[in-house]
Amino acid sequence: MSTLTTEGGPATPGRPSALSSRSPRYGEKAVYAVLRSASLLTILITAGILVALAIPSIEFFQHVPVTDFLFGDRWAPRFADASFGVLPLVTATAWTTVIALSVAVPFGLGAAIFLSEYAHPKLRAVLKPILEILAGIPTVVYGYFALTFVQTTLFREWLQLDTDAFSVLAAGLVMGVMIIPTIASISEDAMSAVPQAMRQGSAALGANRMQTTVRVVFPAALSGIIAAVVLGISRAVGETMIVAIAAGQQARIVEGALEQGQTMTGFIANAALGDSRVGSLEYDTLFAVGLLLFLLTLLINWISIAVVRRFREAY
Amino acid sequence: MNTNPTVDPVIEADNVDVFYGNFRAVTDVSMSFGINEITALIGPSGCGKSTLLRSLNRMNDLVDGARVTGTISFQGEDIYGPDVDAIEVRRRIGMVFQKPNPFPKSIYDNIAYGPRVTGMKPSSMDDLVEEALTKAALWDEVKDKLKQSAFGLSGGQQQRLCIARTIAVKPDVILMDEPCSALDPIATMRIEDLMVELKKDYTIIIVTHNMQQAARVADRTAFFTALADETTGNRTGVLVEYDTTTKIFEDPTDQRTEDYISGRFG
Repeated sequence: MSTLTTEGGPATPGRPSALSSRSPRYGEKAVYAVLRSASLLTILITAGILVALAIPSIEFFQHVPVTDFLFGDRWAPRFADASFGVLPLVTATAWTTVIALSVAVPFGLGAAIFLSEYAHPKLRAVLKPILEILAGIPTVVYGYFALTFVQTTLFREWLQLDTDAFSVLAAGLVMGVMIIPTIASISEDAMSAVPQAMRQGSAALGANRMQTTVRVVFPAALSGIIAAVVLGISRAVGETMIVAIAAGQQARIVEGALEQGQTMTGFIANAALGDSRVGSLEYDTLFAVGLLLFLLTLLINWISIAVVRRFREAY
Repeated sequence: MNTNPTVDPVIEADNVDVFYGNFRAVTDVSMSFGINEITALIGPSGCGKSTLLRSLNRMNDLVDGARVTGTISFQGEDIYGPDVDAIEVRRRIGMVFQKPNPFPKSIYDNIAYGPRVTGMKPSSMDDLVEEALTKAALWDEVKDKLKQSAFGLSGGQQQRLCIARTIAVKPDVILMDEPCSALDPIATMRIEDLMVELKKDYTIIIVTHNMQQAARVADRTAFFTALADETTGNRTGVLVEYDTTTKIFEDPTDQRTEDYISGRFG
């Protein structure tokens, strides 16, 4: 039996062992540091925005009680007889959002189902980029399309509807069209990601394509589809340019789709154009509305996460 | 040389070619599948056995560019005939896949899916589910967790669930495409026992890479191989020999069958 040589054996003191690192790998450490700071930055920015919203809002709520703000039905921050009930803005946002979603959800999901389950791959390769171009049109273009064509030409001249220069319907419909590609594209990705084996298993049991889509693919892709709809809602709630141009500037409780109304974002855009003095109550009002907008979006996100947890069929 | 045994046929293939686009994957297969028998399709990779299997219940319709010529008839009716509904064909001729593919639903809903989509109106869905799971030898293992996700089952249990799901729509024929290739030997044995049990009520056609499996369960075995076209070099699947399993494994007529069976090729 031969004796073991020291080569490959335990390291002698002072010499690096065979398993110790051969280089300090500075590059890897640098990449790690860059990636970590990138992710920390997003958290910092979010926190910074929240602080920037909160500080003027706190100032605002020292002058206006929260209940007056949330439940008051008269919004007149710039009048001598000022009133800060935010409900008129909230109702206008609710109208435009609901109208937009009633366009974007059915058409967006319909487009996604068609592209993912029915369209020939070649057709899909052409259609999907075209759909995504819609998402690239600047919203100011949509805004004037809503104002000049939909509201003025379509509603007032052709259909002779009883409506003024602006309406939440025109703004909402066009905003819905704007959101279609967002919902279609993300839900199409989610549905395409469902394994082909699921569709084959369903077909082998005698299901037709619609049954397979509705009962197997759709539930399996639900978390992605809900994410798409939530993103659509967030875009509708936060969309500014279309509503600032086409929904109107009068802040009053909106009771019908053909009425005009000022949304939360519409108010912020309009007020920001004026000369609100920094630190004035009027100035702080902008941030209070902004904070409310932020919290509403957060609430929608939380609800959607709960919905996904409850109903999804993870594969 | 197709030595077709005499069978009481439920499915008959007559001069069947299967194409994917211009590529001919299977060439000129004629064979009959006997009722209440297990027929095994064996052969090396690329010999077209899975392709042939998928053309027997029109699953190949889902593949872009797939095309079948010749005749495949089920109980005497051409399944590619102009008035035939592929969905109805698949309800009568079910399929179990290589990799278990339960739906991301509860065990109960996996079984009830087929009856629901095909519009079956059982007097009791609960009874139908229990019957299917019992026939698939899975009932005792899952009866207390029917509402739990099928994804919580082991691979072998998932595959038996897929068999139960197929049984639930009461097909006449069950096609199995290498149903045990993703399973361990014990799960494989259970599926094999199950197949032998099921052939009392169903006709089973199984594609397998495992020759011992064919020898253990099949009444008849068909050996396929891939032939290269002399001019183009394209390989296409052909049926070499089809006979009782005993004959194929103990006294094959064709040299190529014997080489494959004895492990000298493939």
